[in-house]
Amino acid sequence: MLSLVNGPQTSGNGRGFWLAFLAVLTVALIYPVFADSYDVGNFSYFLIWIFMALGLSLIWGYGGMLTFGQTFFFGIAGYGYGVLAIVLGGSTTTIAALILSVLVAVLAAAVLGYFMIWGRISGMFFGIVTLAATLSLAFFLGQTAGPEWHIGEARLNGFNGMKGMDPLTVGDIYIEGTILYYVLIALIVAVYLGLRMLVNSRIGNVIVAIREDPQRAEMLGYDVRKYQLLTFCIGSGLAGLSGALYTSWGQFITPSSIGLPAAAMPIIWVAFSGRSDLTATLVGSFLLLFGFQTITIYSQQAALVLMGALLLGTVMVMPQGFIFGVAQIASRRWRRLAGRDSAGDGPLRDGET
Amino acid sequence: MLPELFSLFYQFADVFAFLILASAGLAIVFGMMGVINMAHGEFIMCGAYVTVGLVNLGVPLPLAQIAAAFTAGLIGVVIEILVVRKFYKRPLDSLLATWGLSLIVTQGMLIVVGSSIRGIGTPEGSFAVGDYTFSTYRIILFACALAVLVGIYILFMRTRFGVIARATMQNAGMAQALGARTGRIYAISFGIGAGLAGLCGALYAPTMTLIPTMGATFIVESFVTVVVGGANVLLGTAPAAMLLALVRMALNASYGQIIGQIGMLFAVIAIIRILPEGLSSILARRGR
Repeated sequence: MLSLVNGPQTSGNGRGFWLAFLAVLTVALIYPVFADSYDVGNFSYFLIWIFMALGLSLIWGYGGMLTFGQTFFFGIAGYGYGVLAIVLGGSTTTIAALILSVLVAVLAAAVLGYFMIWGRISGMFFGIVTLAATLSLAFFLGQTAGPEWHIGEARLNGFNGMKGMDPLTVGDIYIEGTILYYVLIALIVAVYLGLRMLVNSRIGNVIVAIREDPQRAEMLGYDVRKYQLLTFCIGSGLAGLSGALYTSWGQFITPSSIGLPAAAMPIIWVAFSGRSDLTATLVGSFLLLFGFQTITIYSQQAALVLMGALLLGTVMVMPQGFIFGVAQIASRRWRRLAGRDSAGDGPLRDGET
Repeated sequence: MLPELFSLFYQFADVFAFLILASAGLAIVFGMMGVINMAHGEFIMCGAYVTVGLVNLGVPLPLAQIAAAFTAGLIGVVIEILVVRKFYKRPLDSLLATWGLSLIVTQGMLIVVGSSIRGIGTPEGSFAVGDYTFSTYRIILFACALAVLVGIYILFMRTRFGVIARATMQNAGMAQALGARTGRIYAISFGIGAGLAGLCGALYAPTMTLIPTMGATFIVESFVTVVVGGANVLLGTAPAAMLLALVRMALNASYGQIIGQIGMLFAVIAIIRILPEGLSSILARRGR
């Protein structure tokens, strides 16, 4: 079971890769010892979004479904956590709020996914239907300013967003600051390794086979729709996890984290990084979030213009993604230097058979 | 009785005009090239800004609107040549490229012109039927939507360009072999799509607040109309707009705007479950 972390659908299967992985993990684990608490909090903020990016990599890169709806599920779970944390009374029940809100996001993904996948929506229409749903949710939540829009004690507050919910809490310990940082690192390692195992498992191979040729996969006896729905639910659930963690982190959420331009962000991280590889997505998304935050301090608009240019540049120059492309070139060079044969190594990519 | 009926018709016409004007350009580009232009909303924004800019300079409104549509169309041709052209074989990447463009334009506009500019009031006043008063300009918008449909019909069914365009749409390779310059046809079609988007923005400019992100108010409606309609403007977009306008009108009338919008989305999701290829697929089959 554990051996599935290595396999044909993921790059970085050698000993060198795992040594580097451990090195990075070690640095990440001792980082809070040397950094001040503000920087640790900032780092946590970047890590929160990684789940959404990994989920998109799974749906889009591995499953071949271009979804623009990551922030839809982000928003559902984000607001879900907010409402539940208030309604259930906060404190340790926030853990239940986290789990339930992610489940609500998965349920929403199952319903939306059922209608789209069983309706044989694919390709571009998958993108624009999910985006239409996302923008509609953002508009809807933006119009809930009145006092009549409440669930129990929880006011939705329209465009200004929800606030006043407890952060994740166990007993009387708030999961904030350094504790949150370690929780996030643990969650990311678990999700990353879990997804690697998933995509290298039998199910993962079927998911990739469907991306390559849905008809052939169907002819081979797989119910394509079920695998697609499963992929969509897992990936969207991860977006939900990001959303619930985000609300807990900042104790607020507004419709603007759902609508435009927020909805474009996961697409840009994943497209730039290399959608068809989890590791590239993990590394690239983190770098982009870091860069974006750095520029946002000076001008948010300029940062967004740059993100748009990155997206345009990626599809024009390196459609498979920059981080992934550069890593591939580097590893090819390395192999040539080491005098090893590169044939038969590395994952199967779009277009290869 | 009559005023109530007219009021219902007026609400229907209002939504119908909005859906047609917002989606016609998108549908033409999708029908011709199989590309969904994510920067569609920004062409609408462009049309609106040019209109208001010209009116503030003293140009009469209708003239400013026509100029705005042409400006958007010209920019569309340039964008086709510089960007969109490279992606006809990779339609999914065209979605991303145009989205990148859309981000650059909206945020760039926010930097350059700021968050809002001085608007112009809705012209033409109002008229009364029974106890109700209606905006004359909304009726003009409905007439414009019908004119756009007629114009598209004439352009694609009754002109030489239309014949070549439809041939290119059906089989680009064959059309090219017969001497059609498909590259130019694509550029012109994209320009027409962008121009219609610009026209939409120009027409709605007097009725709304102008902000660089205003395109977002149009794209949900234009997306869902094209999704429901399918690849054919005349046989798809128009009936889809009619159907969605009916749904929206009924929901608006009984539950208000918010439910109207959400309900329309639910209707769309239900429709695509039943008719994956859109309305135009059935209508085209009937017609055969």
